[in-house]
Amino acid sequence: MTDATSPARRDPEDADRARTGSVFTTKSRAAAFFERFPPAVLLALAWVAMTLVVVAIAPLITPYDFKVMDLRARLMPPVFAGGDWAHPLGTDELGRDVLSRLLISVRVSLVIAFLSTLIAATLGVALGFLAAWARGRTEQVILMLIDAQAAMPFMILALAVLAFLGNSLALFTLLLGFYGWERIARIARGLAIAASEQGYATAVRDLGASPWRIYGRHILPNIASTLIVSMTLNFPEVILLESGLSFLGLGVQPPLTSLGSMVGYGRDYIQSAAWIMLAPAAAIVATTLSISIIGDWLRDLLDPTLR
Amino acid sequence: MLGYTLSRLGRAAVTLIIVVSLAFVILRLTGDPGQIMLGPDAPPSAYAAFRRNWGLDQPIWVQYLKYFAAIFEGDLGRSMRDGRPALEVVMERAPITLAITGPAFLMNLMIGLPAGIIAALHRNTALDRAIMTVSVLGFTVPSFVMGLTLALIFAVQLRWLPSGGSDTWAHAVLPIATMGLIGAAVIARFTRSAMLEVMGQPYIRTASAKGLPWREVVVTHALPNAAIPTLTIIGFMVGSLVAGAVVVESIFSWPGVGRLLVTAVANRDLAVVQVILLAIGFTMVAANLAVDLAYGWIDPRLRLKPTPTGA
Repeated sequence: MTDATSPARRDPEDADRARTGSVFTTKSRAAAFFERFPPAVLLALAWVAMTLVVVAIAPLITPYDFKVMDLRARLMPPVFAGGDWAHPLGTDELGRDVLSRLLISVRVSLVIAFLSTLIAATLGVALGFLAAWARGRTEQVILMLIDAQAAMPFMILALAVLAFLGNSLALFTLLLGFYGWERIARIARGLAIAASEQGYATAVRDLGASPWRIYGRHILPNIASTLIVSMTLNFPEVILLESGLSFLGLGVQPPLTSLGSMVGYGRDYIQSAAWIMLAPAAAIVATTLSISIIGDWLRDLLDPTLR
Repeated sequence: MLGYTLSRLGRAAVTLIIVVSLAFVILRLTGDPGQIMLGPDAPPSAYAAFRRNWGLDQPIWVQYLKYFAAIFEGDLGRSMRDGRPALEVVMERAPITLAITGPAFLMNLMIGLPAGIIAALHRNTALDRAIMTVSVLGFTVPSFVMGLTLALIFAVQLRWLPSGGSDTWAHAVLPIATMGLIGAAVIARFTRSAMLEVMGQPYIRTASAKGLPWREVVVTHALPNAAIPTLTIIGFMVGSLVAGAVVVESIFSWPGVGRLLVTAVANRDLAVVQVILLAIGFTMVAANLAVDLAYGWIDPRLRLKPTPTGA
């Protein structure tokens, strides 16, 4: 501690140290809080919390039924463009309330993206673990599937499947569940191979535990944080994919609505009533941006090795 | 180098076979093509004749082999819309798509690479943060929102450019800009992290410690090494350009393969969808093969056989 008292030092932190005699620097509580939760992350968390509330109770808070048309109130502008509070975000070409449709769309898009991500994670973890456990030829086949999936743009595959099989909400959600499984499988396989060589996995294996028990009860909880981060990073991409396909009119079908299909129908009115498409477009960007920010933040927090 | 090239070619061939098989599986998943083409009310005799004509009464593996043979002969069925060969219908649209994806790809590289390198070399400065903030948008703004926003600004508000069609070069500007900007943002981000990774390596410290000018350290030591991971993302960009073209062509009424795919899917014109699926599969395999071969060219370590010790 001799150099801490040396007069040559001018660094304020060192001055602080010299005064208090502690190696810890003092930092205000607020600064410490914002270092752990940067403002961008707080905003993102707030936005996601808000959308989660919308997902939970959307049908209860919509001012109108999202399907009801009112032909006398067509193309009403939103409040900030000279409209009135009867329709805060205006109405579309059939007189349907944009705010109500927006709330329902957020719900539909997020539920689809959530279920699809869950499917992709389950599939990815299952195949990744299978490859790690079986090794040999099974592993080669799974790795080949991973390569093949990564080689094709998913959107094109999805379009082909929709062309051949037709469309329904369940099929569409299942189809999107194939998005991103290969990345999760790759990560799960790598982590499981590394984990199974560690002492705890060897110990339970020597005790006679079944593969299900080793992988499900011991390895999975140990690598879960990394898997959750990669799911968080997958989620916004599924939202973009869903909204892209729905935008093209090949995803969520009317009378149901999603953020992408709202933009898709609104684009015909871009000249005269741009608000129809701007509200859902802004919702998509805000949501994907927020989840990406949270995903990056979680990644740095939970697992710096993924950086 | 020959061994490396051959092994890459082999892998490309395997991927191609998987893509073709996938098209076959999806085709068969639809259920009975006879029922779909003829409808549920077709008389049994017509149904049997259809099955015989199309070889559907043969075992599945015979059909699979015949399917391969047909692809090699270039016989990919006819479009249901106008009865022309599906391959011809798709191929006449291909140059129209290339006319916007090609320039967009160049734009990706010409904006993305320098932006990423500049951001990495000015790490944690205002410049770096500005570039990275803008590039986040490339990940979070879907191409249709980007395209419609550009259309709203430049076509609807300013009236500088047309919002749709393909009559003049001015019609190509917005589609190219949409795909070009999004891709540039993605490339900038990856280039930056690849550069940062390399700049932290001991050989960079050695190079600057022995007194090389900074410029030379960057140009001769950092850039070639950062090019290796960046190449991967460029191969991936080809795929996202293809997917982006589907959306962007629909927004701007650009009559390329992407728009053809959307209408073919909507009309369930299966032969055309299948040709597009195969064409994109071939393009992707070719792009990845080119990237793999470029790796071998840039990185001499890859040309050598890996030793068992992994050294």
